[in-house]
Order: sequence, then C-alpha cells, then structure tokens
Amino acid sequence: MLLSVKNLSTEFPVKKGIVKAVEDVSFDVDAGEILAIVGESGSGKSVTSLSVMGLLAEPGHVAGGSMEFEGKDLVHLSEREYRELRGNDMAMIFQEPMTSLNPVYRVGKQIVEAIRTHENVSKKEARERAIDMLRKVGIPSPEKRIDDYPHQMSGGMRQRVMIAMALSCNPKLLIADEPTTALDVTIQAQILDLLRRLRDDTGMAVLLITHDLGVVSETADRVVVMYCGQVVEEAEVRTLFDHPMHPYTLGLLKSIPRLEDDDSKRLYMIKGMVPNPLEMPPGCHFSDRCDSCMDICREKIPDLVDLNGHKVRCFLYENAEGEAKSVSAIAEAEAEAIADAEAARDVEASEALLAAEELREAEIEDIEEASR
Amino acid sequence: MSKDKKLATEPAAGAALAAQPVKEKRESIWKDVFAGIVSNKASLISGIFILLLVIIALVTKFVPGVLPYDPYAQNLSESLMGPSAAHWFGTDIQGRDIFSRVLVGTQITLTVGLAAVAISLTIGVLLGSIAGYRGGKTDTVIMRVMDMMLAIPSILLAIAIMAALGPGIEKAVVAIGLVSIPEYARIVRSEILAIKENDYVAAARVVGDSNAAIIFRHVLPNVLPSIIVRATLGISTAILDAAALGFLGLGVQPPAAEWGDMLGRGRNELFRAPWLMIFPGMAITLTVLAFNLLGDGIRDGLDPKARKR
Amino acid sequence: MSEHNEQAAGAQAQAGADGTSAPQQDILLDVQHLTKRFAAETNFFGKATSHVQAVDDVSFQIRRGEAFGLVGESGCGKTTVGKMLVNLLRPTSGKIIFDGHDLTAMKPAERKAYCKDIQLIFQDPYASLNPRMRIGDIIAEPILTNNILPKDNVEDRVNELLECVGLANYMRNRYPHEFSGGQRQRVGIARALAVNPKLIVCDEPVSALDVSIQAQVLNLLDELKEQFGLTYLFIAHGLNVVKHVSDRVGVMYLGKMMEIAPKKALYADPLSPYTQALLSAIPSVDPATKKDRIILEGDVPSPIDPPPGCRFAGRCFAKVEGCDEVMPPLVEVKPNHQCACHRYDEGGPGTAVVA
Repeated sequence: MLLSVKNLSTEFPVKKGIVKAVEDVSFDVDAGEILAIVGESGSGKSVTSLSVMGLLAEPGHVAGGSMEFEGKDLVHLSEREYRELRGNDMAMIFQEPMTSLNPVYRVGKQIVEAIRTHENVSKKEARERAIDMLRKVGIPSPEKRIDDYPHQMSGGMRQRVMIAMALSCNPKLLIADEPTTALDVTIQAQILDLLRRLRDDTGMAVLLITHDLGVVSETADRVVVMYCGQVVEEAEVRTLFDHPMHPYTLGLLKSIPRLEDDDSKRLYMIKGMVPNPLEMPPGCHFSDRCDSCMDICREKIPDLVDLNGHKVRCFLYENAEGEAKSVSAIAEAEAEAIADAEAARDVEASEALLAAEELREAEIEDIEEASR
Repeated sequence: MSKDKKLATEPAAGAALAAQPVKEKRESIWKDVFAGIVSNKASLISGIFILLLVIIALVTKFVPGVLPYDPYAQNLSESLMGPSAAHWFGTDIQGRDIFSRVLVGTQITLTVGLAAVAISLTIGVLLGSIAGYRGGKTDTVIMRVMDMMLAIPSILLAIAIMAALGPGIEKAVVAIGLVSIPEYARIVRSEILAIKENDYVAAARVVGDSNAAIIFRHVLPNVLPSIIVRATLGISTAILDAAALGFLGLGVQPPAAEWGDMLGRGRNELFRAPWLMIFPGMAITLTVLAFNLLGDGIRDGLDPKARKR
Repeated sequence: MSEHNEQAAGAQAQAGADGTSAPQQDILLDVQHLTKRFAAETNFFGKATSHVQAVDDVSFQIRRGEAFGLVGESGCGKTTVGKMLVNLLRPTSGKIIFDGHDLTAMKPAERKAYCKDIQLIFQDPYASLNPRMRIGDIIAEPILTNNILPKDNVEDRVNELLECVGLANYMRNRYPHEFSGGQRQRVGIARALAVNPKLIVCDEPVSALDVSIQAQVLNLLDELKEQFGLTYLFIAHGLNVVKHVSDRVGVMYLGKMMEIAPKKALYADPLSPYTQALLSAIPSVDPATKKDRIILEGDVPSPIDPPPGCRFAGRCFAKVEGCDEVMPPLVEVKPNHQCACHRYDEGGPGTAVVA
C-alpha cells in the first residue's frame, strides 16, 4: 500500500457556513497502480488531491480522517517535511501547463532547479538528467528544446515538460490533476499513452484526477467515482464500466455521446444540477436528481457498502436486486424521453406534410393564373 | 483548485435563485451603490459623516446665524486663544473663531472636490472612451498627451496652470480638474480595451447592434463601477490638492475660510498655537479618509459577485 | 414564428435526411473558397511581414434544415469560419452566399441587414452574457435592435423564449451570475433564437459544461431544431459530440477542409488519414469498440506561412509521393463524400493504396 486515505474530510469555511468539499473519503493507491478519481466540477476530486499533496489554499483545511504515505502520517506533517516529500516521493502535474511553468525562465533551468533542490548533484549532471528526462517524455531534439522558453512550446509540449519535471526525482506517486483537459484529442492520446508507458517503465503509481470517463476507461486500473464530496462508487475499471451500480455512474455513462450510438435517440440526461454545497439535500446527495430515488434516500445518507470489492453508496444495494432496479428505473426514464421525442416528431412530420401540400396547392394556383 | 472553488460559489447562486421571491422591480446601479455603502460598517459611518458635511455646508451657507461666531469677524482682543468652552477649537491670530471657520470651510472643500472631479471625469471618460474604442492612431495621440501630463508632478502642473490663470478658487478648481484628467482617461481606456474583447460585446455585434448601442449598453455600464469608485477616491485627492494649493497661498483669497489655507496661515504659530493647524488638519484628514472608505464600500456594492454572497 | 416554422419544416421535408444531392434552392449557405489571413508579424510601419493562414480556401454547403458539423483541433480555423459567417470578421477572399445573396460583396450597411438571419451561440457561457444586464433584457435586446416586434409584445416573447429553452419566466429579472453554466448556455440559446434566425452557428456550445449538463444542452439543441426547423453549423473539437447532432460533417486541419461527408459515411468509413486519427484518438468508455489506436506523432504545426504540400503531411502515417509538394484538392471520392488526400487522386500516386 503506497497511499492510504481513510475517512478524509476537508472543509472550506465561507461567510455563510462551512463547505464540506470532501466528506469521509477513503481510498488506497498501490505501488504501480493507476487510480482514477472521476467526478464533475464540485465533486471534490481536486480538493482530495490537494489535501493529499498538502497544498490546500487557506481557509481550506483537513477536518478529519487520516492519510498515510508509505506508512507515514501526512495529516500532521510540518510544512518543511511536506516540501521534502513533495519533491522526492510525490509529484503533481496540473491542468494548465502554461500557468504551472514560470514564463521568464528557460524550461531547462526549471527542471535543473527542481533536480538540484532535492538532490545534491552538479549543474552539469542535472542538465544531462534534464535532457534525458525530456527525451523520455518524447520531446524531439531535447538538447535544443531544453533552452526554449515555455511560450515557445505548444500546450502538449509544455505538459510533457511538466511531466519531465515531475518525474525528474523518480517519484513513487504522481498526482495528475486533469492533465489533458486543456489539450486537443490527438495530443491527449499522446499524453495518456506516455503516462501509461512511464508507469510501466518506472513502476510509479498514478493518481489521475479527471472528469472524462473515456480517459478513465483507457488509462486507469481502478476508479473512484465522486459526487458532491463523497465517494459514491469504487471498482476495478472494467467492472465499473461493464456493471456500473450507482445511479449517478449509470447516468453519466449513458449521457456521454458515443460513436457507436444510434443518433436518432435523444441522449439520456441526468436531470437538474449539482446542489449548492451549503444546502445539501438531507439524505443522499444525489437523491434530487436520481431516477430511482426512494423515500429512505431523502432521509439519510447511505453507507458505502462493499460487494466483493465493488463499493457503492446507494440504498438500492442494501438488498440483492438493487442493480436491476437502478437499471430499470433509468430504462423507464429513457423510454419516456424517447416517447416524448417521437410524439414531437410525429407532430413535426404531419406539419411538414401539410406545409408541402399547401405549397403544392399554391403552385397549382400559380400555374392556373399564368395559363390564364 | 480554482475549478472547485468556483463551484463552491456557483451553485450557491443557483440556490439563491430558488429561494428568493420574485422581484418585479428593477434596481438601478445607484441602488447597488447604496447597498455597498450599507453593507460595510466603515463605509456606512463614512457615508453618514459625508452626509453630515453636506448638511453643515448647506446650513452654514443659507443660515449663517447658526454659527456661534461670525467666521470672518476679527476680534483682536481674543487673538490666539486656546480651545475653551467659548471657543471650542480656539481662535486664530485675528481672533476669529476656528470652529466656525472649520464649519464654513466645508462649503469650499466640498465644492472644490465635486467640481474638480466633474471636470476631470467628463473630459477623462470622453478621451479614454475614444482612445479605447477607436484604437489606432487616435489612441496613440490621446494617450501620449496623457503620458506627458502624467510626467509632471500634478501639484507642479496645477501651480503652473494657476500661474497662467491667476489666483482664485474657481481657477484652482479648473487647475485641479485638468491635472487629474489622465488618470480617468487611462482607467477608462484600459477597461474598455478589456471589455471590448468580451464575448458579450461580440454577441451584441452579432445581433446587429450599432457602435453607439454597444458602447452605451455593453461597454460603459461595465466601466461605470470603476469610474464611480475612482471618482469617489478622486474627490479626496481633489480636496487634498486644493488644501495644498491653499497651503501655498494659491487658492482662496482672504478672508474666505478654507482648510488648506487655514493650515498654511497657522504654520507660523505652530508651537505657540498648535490648534491653528490641528483642527483644520483633522478636518482634512477625516474628510479624505471618509471619501476613501466610501469608495471601498461602493466598489463592493458594484461588483455583482461580491454583493450577493 | 409559426409561418417561418412551416416554411422551414417544408423545406426540411424536401431536403431529405441523407446525402442525396439537393437542388440549388435548398442550399441555405454556400461558402466558396473562403480565406482569412491575419498579420502575424508587422514591421515598424505596421505592414505585415508574415501571415497566419487561419482559413485557407475552404468551401462547403449547408442545406436548409440540416445540421452541419465542423470539426478540428485548436488552430484549425473552425472558429474563424464561424466568426466570418456572423460578420465578426471580414474574409480576406472568397464568397459567403447565404440564401442566394452574396454577403461578401455587400457594403457593411447592407451586410448588417443579414446579421439577424445568422446567429451565434458562444462557447463560454460566462463571458458571453453581459454581467450588468438582466436575463430578460439580454434576450429582449436583439428583438428591439432589429424591430422584430412592437415593444408591448416583447415581454411575452421573452417569456415564450425562456420557456423554449427550459427556464422559468420569473428568472428574466435575474443577473447572469446567479445562473449555473448550463443555465447560462440556455440563455445564450434563447438570445440566438430571439430573432428567428435561419442559421445558427454553435461554437463549441457544450465544451465548457459538465458531462451531465452537456447532454441536457445537446438534447435541447436537438429539440429546438425539430421544433423550429433550424439549420445549424455545429463547431466542435471532438468528433463524438458532433456525431449526435449533425447530418453531415466537415473535418478541418490547419485552415484546410480535409474531408466532408454525410455523418454515417464519415464515421463508418473515414477516408482522410487525419479523420481516421481523430476518430481513433477519442477515448472510449467501451472496450468492445476499442480499435488499434493511431497515435499521431508531433504537434499541429504553426499556421504562420505554412509550407506547400498537404498540411497534414508532417504527421501523416500514410504519406505517399507528392504529399510534401502539393496540397491535394478537396474532391468527391465517393458519392457525396469529399476528401483532400493524394491517396485518392485519380491516377495519382496513391491510387493503389485505396484499391
């Protein structure tokens, strides 16, 4: 076990109360594993990663729970010890590589400095290591590009530099917060491929934070789905995509436009929007948007139950036929939507027919008039 | 990070939307200004203080009888008396009651502040808007002239202008007003440059709005908050400048009561009669401070995001 | 509204859903050889010394009632095309023929009269609404500017529009910052609908939204298209989003149109190597459909003074002779399926590859 997070709660006091950005979140990352935390904005996925990195911005703070990295307690680490850890064993890359790199220094200098703060090596050695790293992350002619300024590089290149910098001290854990969100699809494919390859080569673990289920499906080994600060589902990646259990996960998967879809159908949509963090519904956070909401869902928050390694936070799974219920509820909602759409289309079609007929009549009249 | 933070506030707005009753009445920007002033204690107190100054100025102007003494009447037998029950703020070298003179002084101070700001605001906003919206050569010419004005210390420039115009309070107002034009022009220009690039301006163009409609409906209302805030702060600068000119003997002509002028005349007796400087000086400080705090409150009120939180 | 509605619906019925070539009058928008150059660097006297070829000789047609998807990565010029259509930019050369009128040949004042017929839905729902205007005023503005309705009827129309996009009409007195991203995007859509446009340019309307909200907005656009017989130009950076809403799709790369085809043909049988790579790069949630992934080498090159030859040649995995020398023209390779690639040149170097 490399990283073990147990019952983590992170809070942000604001004027009107306390925003519980992360509530009772637990997960483990094993060495060499890619764990994805997936969720929409406001799910607390980024705050979770920042809590682990000890980079929470004031007034945010860890309010409870424990975090251990290689058996070392992270919650009570001093700022200095954290800095030591962050450079060496834990590294992080962010969404926007432009703002994470200092625009006034050459990229080489920034990597060299990162190496030299954590390791006692000469400038020359560090520069050679930097060139090596740049080659490893797939930057062509690294001997030349090392003297570029960040603005001379494309977004994909900058993200590669960020990865090179993060990897320069051989971290055991890389936290990647939306590493490809700002990039084009073809570049995203390159970066994801690179991350997987580096994991295979170096054996580091990756904690991948993303909102994109496609990225998760293609990159991760295990997935944690978050909604409104809570873990709602956790499973091996194939298990999750083949047998999603939580209605939220199901809904998300259904609402993504897929290449193999039949387009004549309306997309399934999760109704409503993410609730205000200060006015959460009293029961399950997802209850207001859920198609299979029951009475109990509005009263109390369900526990995260473990069903043979597939964890889910939903009352449907307190008994056996839960999955079936959830799927059927969504199917019902979907069928209704389709019926609506079809009804609308029928009306359209008849209107179109009428219009066409009118046109024809008008034409006949015109012709008659002309012949007179 | 920022994404999650934004979120923390964004649905909050959404929920506020559900909770609030339907409001049919439209609010004006001035209502926001008022809300901003009231929301903050310091700016509320400042606002009340300024309101008081305005009342004092009006009352002393139209009902001079309320003053304990005639502010202009000399009484050499009571020259340089310290603060007492009879003369709260003491008397000056000619035996005039300083309390009465400080109260009367609000007239000039407020007039100078408002009039000077009105001059620089009008010309500055006009020049800044033209420079920002037209761009190109017009922009270059206008802004270079502004830069030249900024290169000279404002008080020196004001003295130079007064040297050309001659002494007198009206001329001081003109001088102070002209001197601060570049500040307004620059603020308005930079704001317009930024706002011009917004999608909502593009959206207005797409639906076919004319240039005038775009400037008046989409650009200027979004510049207005910074103009109002700057103008409030500008009043305090203008008051200070007027006081400085008065101190140098360039502002009002005797026997008119003006705080800066009183300060200047009091400096010869600084050690013998410190109250000559203390009370006008305090009046200047408090008034300037009040306008600054008021400006802060107004800024909060005009930021739609800060207001609803 | 209803009159316009019927007309459009009638036209739509005539146009036919699949890619059968339509008679001339069904073409709402005909873009011919559209080009836009920006000055990249200027010398001391303000004269351009090098150019960004943002859009280079692009031609396509959109039929009435059709949704045309325009796809490409950042810097491919898709947004520039959209901006030229809505008169935010003036083309350097080429023609935009809209409803039979050549918009590019018009004087600015004349051109303005056609503004209301082509509307734009913006990508960023936060920047596209004036923060100091109420939602109701934002939606009413285009109606008043274009004198579409007498003043007294505007409020009813605004309520009607709000209802169309799924917002409650009491919301018209609220300011944009009180809305979430998805709701703001709905307001943007209502504003675009307010002037009864014939064509709506949707510039990445969902890419700034959360996944669960994206589906809501895509469905709304779909419904509105059916309801009002709208024609869309749907700009996006990913092929997966466009697939759901468009009838035909054009793929752009570095200012050039690489491929145009009816949706089904494009996704089932992409001809251009770039389209193939773009399709393969979409991360899929379903392992069953996972093909051998094409991972392109390198980045999109700089659009400043691009070299001759195919724009994609530097990254192409199926390069043939001639790719570095001449940009292949966009030609009809299969019925209704146009592609710019030397591999499909008649008698050209790559014929063997296709066969």
